[in-house]
Amino acid sequence: MIIDAKELDYKQLNEALRSTDADCTITNCLGQRFIASGMSDKKITISGVPGNALGAYLNGAEIEVAENAQDAVGDTMNDGTITIYGNVGDAVGYAMRGGKILIKGNAGYRAGIHMKAYKEKHPTMIIGGRCGSFLGEYQAGGTILVLGIGIGDKRIVGNYPSTGMHGGKVYIRSDCKGIRFPKQVTARPAEGDEIEEIRTLTEEYCTVFGYNAEELLESPFTVVVPDSKNPYKQMYVAN
Amino acid sequence: MKLEGQVRIPSGCAISAVISREGNKMSGEMITNAMKPMHDRSNGLGGGFAGYGIYPEYRDFYAFHIFFDKRETRKSCEQFLKEHFEIVQSEIIPTRKIAAITNEPIIWRYFVTPLKSVLASLQLDEKEFVARTVTKINTEMNGAYVFSCGKNMGAFKAVGYPEDVGVFYKLDEYEGYSWTAHGRYPTNTPGWWGGAHPFTLLDYSIVHNGEISSYDANRRFIEMFGYKCTLQTDTEVITYIMDYLLRVQGLTLEEAASVIAAPFWSTISHKDGAEREKLTYLRTVFSNLLITGPFSIVFGFNGGLMALNDRLKLRSMVIGEKDDKVYIASEEAAIRVMEPNAENIYAPAGGEAVIIRAKEGSF
Repeated sequence: MIIDAKELDYKQLNEALRSTDADCTITNCLGQRFIASGMSDKKITISGVPGNALGAYLNGAEIEVAENAQDAVGDTMNDGTITIYGNVGDAVGYAMRGGKILIKGNAGYRAGIHMKAYKEKHPTMIIGGRCGSFLGEYQAGGTILVLGIGIGDKRIVGNYPSTGMHGGKVYIRSDCKGIRFPKQVTARPAEGDEIEEIRTLTEEYCTVFGYNAEELLESPFTVVVPDSKNPYKQMYVAN
Repeated sequence: MKLEGQVRIPSGCAISAVISREGNKMSGEMITNAMKPMHDRSNGLGGGFAGYGIYPEYRDFYAFHIFFDKRETRKSCEQFLKEHFEIVQSEIIPTRKIAAITNEPIIWRYFVTPLKSVLASLQLDEKEFVARTVTKINTEMNGAYVFSCGKNMGAFKAVGYPEDVGVFYKLDEYEGYSWTAHGRYPTNTPGWWGGAHPFTLLDYSIVHNGEISSYDANRRFIEMFGYKCTLQTDTEVITYIMDYLLRVQGLTLEEAASVIAAPFWSTISHKDGAEREKLTYLRTVFSNLLITGPFSIVFGFNGGLMALNDRLKLRSMVIGEKDDKVYIASEEAAIRVMEPNAENIYAPAGGEAVIIRAKEGSF
């Protein structure tokens, strides 16, 4: 079903999406918030710029955006896939607890803030370009991969990456020289199983967006993990 | 009903702006429409615009836009103005009657120039005199509020959604080389016309999305220099801070940005020699003007715009370009309304001032 979003506000647009079991294509999208929030079935393809909180609480649906997306893509998503062929704004994957977000281009500030994992739930986010400051802030679980494709002389991540991290993993396609991490995390060259996971994720990204995985995998990768199970023990109370 | 100044107002908000680097004129219709996709960022309790280059026929006169509560207030305010200024034109600001905008005050504008004799006797320069006079009206004259007082620019604001406010003020009939806009989401007060953005002083205007946690520290400091924060809205204090840093202290825009959105000490410590020294100096001398808490602002002035986020970038802001024009907005959707084919869309980093100037002589 094709939904022309031109004259629709976010409520009408979501009602149109919910009114059918068929896959949907949204055209002329312009800033409508909360698109596909909580949805668990169907595939939704969007042209135009979707508004904030695209796919919030997503529960299994598949979303594809042909251009850029705004802030808080996949906020608290539980399952499903969001694929963005452009860039995303701030706080992508905010408190995400499952599913996948693939971004062809760059991400703004606080990508993957407070991502978490539990039992079989393991969220993944792949950023093809670079990202702003506070990448993976307060990350508690899940995996973030930043590939830094075509970033020229720009830094692959901004300031204060992994601040407050206490779980999960961040992979960065760089030796990360000159990037300052907080003292509660360890940033070291990826090894063993980590290399395997990087390979799987990179190949997945390249299949979707049409890049050569082997070329990307020739670069050094850094993995960032928290130092211990409770790295902030001394910061608050001794318990 | 408690007005602003009696109750404090935090706000959410939407902002947008456009400028032509070549100084080409645009009607206010485009910036009005840009606010539509961001409708839900406001709650109908404030919308406003600033247009630059809109009064070319009166370019040498200060354009005072004033709200009055009643005719008598206007009469006595006009008497006051006549004693201090030559008034070359006074008129009602044209508006459209629309259902979405109600309870409007009496809205007039005056094109004025300070009387030479008054300036001479007070030994003040023109701008300082105008700033002081406006402060005097706004703090001492009950029922009168000057909401715009720059040359060849003007603010237009009201209680309502911004897209309605633009229609109300007939912005489609003005032509400017630069425009800023604001949609407001105050949560603690009924909202009042004077409390809508932009906040202006002389040709400086601020539209702001955010909530300043350093408001009181900033206010206490800036009030030592003759400014009066009458409204207790955080945005007002930013306008005065910018006026103080730029006009009074003579800082550049970049330096002013390094004061209000100063980098963290840890960031400064990793800078090179001269840069480190300068940032340390600015943060030390003007420590009370550091603005903390989330903000994204667009600062308008004669000849340009500056966009700035707080150093932690707790609010969104994107910038796009096309030909001679640069677009700024809280959301990319707003930029796409103004220019569907906008290029180089990017989000400046926290504390990174983006300054766009119109070509010299074009405005």
